[in-house]
Amino acid sequence: MSVPKVLILRAPGINRDRDAALACQLAGGAPERIHINRLATGAVRLADYAMLVIPGGFSYGDHLGAGKLLAVDLIHRLGEPLQRFIADGRPVIGICNGFQVLVKAGVLPGLHPPSTDPAVAPRVTLTDNESARFECRWVRLAPVAGSRCRFLEGIERPIETPVAHGEGRLTVDHPATLETLRARGLVALRYVGEDGAPAGYPANPNGSLDAIAGICNPQGNVLGLMPHPENAVLPQQHPRWSREPPRAEGDGLIIFRNAVRYAAAL
Amino acid sequence: MPQFLVTVAPREPDARGEIVHLLYLLAGPALEDGAVAYLTTALLHDPVVQTARWTRLDRASLAAEAPPEAAWVLEIAYRPGVTDNEGEMVLEGARRLEVPSLTLARALRRHLLPPRSDPAARAAELAIDLVQTTFTYAPGTRLDERLAFYTLLATTPEEGRPIVATAPLREADDAALLRISREGVLALDLDEMRAIQAYFAALGRDPTDGELETLAQTWSEHCSHKSFKARVLYRSLAEPDADLPDATLYPMLHRLARGQVEIDSLIRTFLMSATHEVLARRHGNASTDPAPPADEWVLSAFVDNAGIIAFDQEHEVSFKVETHNHPSALEPFGGANTGVGGVIRDVLGVSAEPIANTDVLCFGIPDTPVAELLPGVLHPARVASGVVAGVRDYGNKLGIPTVNGAVLFDPGYTANPLVYCGTVGIAPRGLHPRNVSPGDAIVLLGGRTGRDGIHGATFSSIELTHQTAVTVGSAVQIGDPITEKKLLDVLLQARDARLYSAITDCGAGGLSSAVGEMGAACGASVELTRVPRKYAGLQPWEVWLSEAQERMVLAVPPANLEAFLALCSSEDVEASVIGEFTDDGHLRVTNAGAPVVNLSMEFLHHGRPQRVLEALWQPEPQAPTSTPDATPPPAEALLRLLAHPNIASKERIVRTYDHEVRGATVIKPFVGVALDGPGDAAVLQPLPHRPAGLALGCGINPRYGRVDPYWMALAAVDEALRNVVAVGGDPQRTAILDNFCWGDPRLPDRMAGLVRAAAGCYDAAVAFGTPFISGKDSLNNEYRDAEGNRVAIPPTLLISALAHVPDVTRCVTMDLKAPGDLLYLVGATRPELLGSHFAAIAGADLPAGAGLPRVDLAAAPRTFAALHRAITAGLVRACHDLSEGGLAVAAAEMVIAGQLGLDLRLDDVAADILTALFSETPSRFLVEVRPEDADAFEAALDGVTLVRLGTVTLEPTLLIRAAGASVLALDAGALRARWNSGLDGMDL
Repeated sequence: MSVPKVLILRAPGINRDRDAALACQLAGGAPERIHINRLATGAVRLADYAMLVIPGGFSYGDHLGAGKLLAVDLIHRLGEPLQRFIADGRPVIGICNGFQVLVKAGVLPGLHPPSTDPAVAPRVTLTDNESARFECRWVRLAPVAGSRCRFLEGIERPIETPVAHGEGRLTVDHPATLETLRARGLVALRYVGEDGAPAGYPANPNGSLDAIAGICNPQGNVLGLMPHPENAVLPQQHPRWSREPPRAEGDGLIIFRNAVRYAAAL
Repeated sequence: MPQFLVTVAPREPDARGEIVHLLYLLAGPALEDGAVAYLTTALLHDPVVQTARWTRLDRASLAAEAPPEAAWVLEIAYRPGVTDNEGEMVLEGARRLEVPSLTLARALRRHLLPPRSDPAARAAELAIDLVQTTFTYAPGTRLDERLAFYTLLATTPEEGRPIVATAPLREADDAALLRISREGVLALDLDEMRAIQAYFAALGRDPTDGELETLAQTWSEHCSHKSFKARVLYRSLAEPDADLPDATLYPMLHRLARGQVEIDSLIRTFLMSATHEVLARRHGNASTDPAPPADEWVLSAFVDNAGIIAFDQEHEVSFKVETHNHPSALEPFGGANTGVGGVIRDVLGVSAEPIANTDVLCFGIPDTPVAELLPGVLHPARVASGVVAGVRDYGNKLGIPTVNGAVLFDPGYTANPLVYCGTVGIAPRGLHPRNVSPGDAIVLLGGRTGRDGIHGATFSSIELTHQTAVTVGSAVQIGDPITEKKLLDVLLQARDARLYSAITDCGAGGLSSAVGEMGAACGASVELTRVPRKYAGLQPWEVWLSEAQERMVLAVPPANLEAFLALCSSEDVEASVIGEFTDDGHLRVTNAGAPVVNLSMEFLHHGRPQRVLEALWQPEPQAPTSTPDATPPPAEALLRLLAHPNIASKERIVRTYDHEVRGATVIKPFVGVALDGPGDAAVLQPLPHRPAGLALGCGINPRYGRVDPYWMALAAVDEALRNVVAVGGDPQRTAILDNFCWGDPRLPDRMAGLVRAAAGCYDAAVAFGTPFISGKDSLNNEYRDAEGNRVAIPPTLLISALAHVPDVTRCVTMDLKAPGDLLYLVGATRPELLGSHFAAIAGADLPAGAGLPRVDLAAAPRTFAALHRAITAGLVRACHDLSEGGLAVAAAEMVIAGQLGLDLRLDDVAADILTALFSETPSRFLVEVRPEDADAFEAALDGVTLVRLGTVTLEPTLLIRAAGASVLALDAGALRARWNSGLDGMDL
């Protein structure tokens, strides 16, 4: 099987690009960290990659709402190649700020094609945490049964990863939108408590609707999530490794391994 | 110019139940309705959670607006000239959306106030007058004034005629020299002014404003550390110390005990010489030392922007800690924000990639009554929340984990809060160039230059109006983390491609000190019109002196210039060639060809006369020790200690810092079952495929400094080392940093304390074998109270430790691990309650004979070495150092973190129970050991005072007995509740 090339997108203020690259490398991919300007000028072609990760950070300072300006940038400068990449079924993972970018760009949940047409109003967003604070803490994530997401295979029990964000509360324009997300299998991951059931704060660190931590597109090849599986790939990254039985690897690695395997199989 | 106002309103009130509108003031000569409508929809609001509308800014349109439902409307904006990152991003977004007609954007906040609110009081609470301006109105009223307010915000300065003035120095007498210094905010004393006068008299001309300013900056306390390099005449009026310890271990204490001593430079005598002595001793026994020979380990001490040590054969790590105290007192968010940004650039200045931040914050008491505050002093709670937000904002946005620190509260910091910011960096060895050559281009990289920070905080006494903002700009700066992140990204690529020959950050003194330092050995020539400006109207000397943030200066060889500029341009980082390095030994600055500065580098860097300072040590009589009738019973004392803000959990603060980014934080700030126990030190594993790590710790205890700064210094070094040793750091491969925050060194009592603290640094560093690799001082932390009395902050020394960890998988945390394990106390306990936190909660009532905590420099290094061996051998399951609050607090924290109990007997700790429980004798640890490892552990600690205290129990209760009776019994829930309550009521 070939080693899939993974494009890790860099942009002003993106800062977990190295972390994402490490995760992709450990998962068997060949990551390259590429600045958005190089894609925009045509120096590098998105189509030459098998997988795309939009990492965490504070793109453009998150000043006009988290991820907003990079979303505008992405759609304006790279809208068409990105659409083709997704339509080809290649895997895309947006983590934290990358998730915010994908949502604000309209790529997720992907109920209609991304657009800058004001008439097409977004129906899902990520906004200020219920606590109104940036918080960094470890959470448990459970895959949602029946989700279309292609990267959750083999997750038998809740996985532990950190979150680090101030605007991660998923909310919708209308209760019917939540029903649509559920009915179409677009809810991928939920925050759960120690018992594995969806739980309130701080297990759900931001007050997300329905404890939603991650969603996917109808094709299942685009996943966005607020938590950081890329910071949970090595045993010593776990916060209780010094008191628990040794782990072979971090819980979050499985998501990248699934995505890389999926990319390799395309 | 047409102006528009976009109003973005949340659909729901925020977490505090308030409605806050985001307002965007948009303008442009050709800006039209359609463009504003498009930007409003496509860029400025999120329709799922917000509504938006826009209006043209004219009287009729404002009158036609539906007034918001509120009794009062309060609008807040940054003053013109102050960095408005949000406004800049609106412009950036408009460029992306191809709306070039937008040329000006400003962001405002609109608070809707309910009936019976006091708008003036609310404005004072919400806005920092120095950088922000407010406008209040009842809905639908004051239309003309509102329009004028918006027009004012949209005003941009105009280009003026550049003026280079000269100061009539040659003809000045002493009084005139001092007046010129005072009126120019030069902070130069008479000797220094006379030296400058003589220099220019010999040249036969008077200095320009730019030359005087350049000299004042280069010779400032901040840049030249003139008090730390002064000749000091130290006298002591103290009674001879009856139990002066061994002269071979405490040589500097003995030197000061002579009563009258002359010291030529504190920095050389006590700090650099300590490093020299440590390295000499390491070399002396290099054959038995497993660490690399000394000079292979300490790669740079006191020379570069940051200290550098070897990490492994291929990598080096750097560490720098800075302070940003005065700016944080005036504008807590911006002060702390730019403090973090500044120290990150120090690490970039040694070509390293920042991998961790530390921060130590000292504030006034959070519940200080407002009526007790002096005019112009912000409330400590507000300072604290602003500073914490500023630290969070910059570190999180740069993707640098904030992993270690401390927060202290003391009434002495009310008017002068302290903000220590540290950054650790890593770099491949040998890639940091330091070879400026004549002909290399001087390249200014990063942010644009404005009036930011000219003369630092001295503008704080000037009332700023919109006119002041336009004409003198802002003394206080707002950071722009994303510009710094972009800078960081290109610099590391430029380093790897070896494109530059030298680099430094543009900090205090701006270009004048950055270029002056880089070109010190050769010469430099700069043309100021090539410096990109934020706005028009800057005078040449302002451009030269500006401390605008997020800038670095590089020397780039001509052959690399094109590649370097192309790299910067590819990531939208502004780079400008502003001059070149020369070989004439002069600093020459021109503006459109007209001379602004022409100074010899020799005079600039070596012309300052050495200061002479007097130091008089006259200690207060020690606090009376009396019988503890009024002291609370042990259980009550422990609960009160746990809730003391200095000891209580800082989790509410720490959780708002990203400590996970980069994925290298393998021992996190909070540990244990529920991740709520206070880790002693953070551990990083900077290279994911190698087991070696770095432990970061800090020591600070100003309460001891009030009694004797000498012993405070020893305690601070000891605490920083305890922190790193407790998690598995190697005490024989630990480098330390000193950061002194003090009062006015020209006052002999303050200077005497400084001498004693520096002397303590020497004795501690040499005894422990831990070299200082970097240090910094922030002096003049004083204020004048209502009666005109000068009050200094408590003498405050921060010691930061950076320790090598051989294998991070051997690290231990402080949470109790398993019932049935044994708990040991490592280290001797003495009745040392003076200056302790127990003394703070109990008043002055202390057991007879209580003294200040004193580090035993014979025993402590042995203790640390032995414990490190035991940890490395895997004999330790949990380890926690004893600090504020002593044994009882440490044991309680282990119970909280491990959700297990302890059953302890203290009979063998000390005869007096308060000493056993609460003494703050340094160099001690609580250690959990498996019963089967007990013999091996005791053997490993042979020769170290060791007391087996009891066992770990399943029942999560802290049970302490002595003399056959129960002293206290408290369950984990009660302990945790109090420990988590210490910052209640603070808006953090």
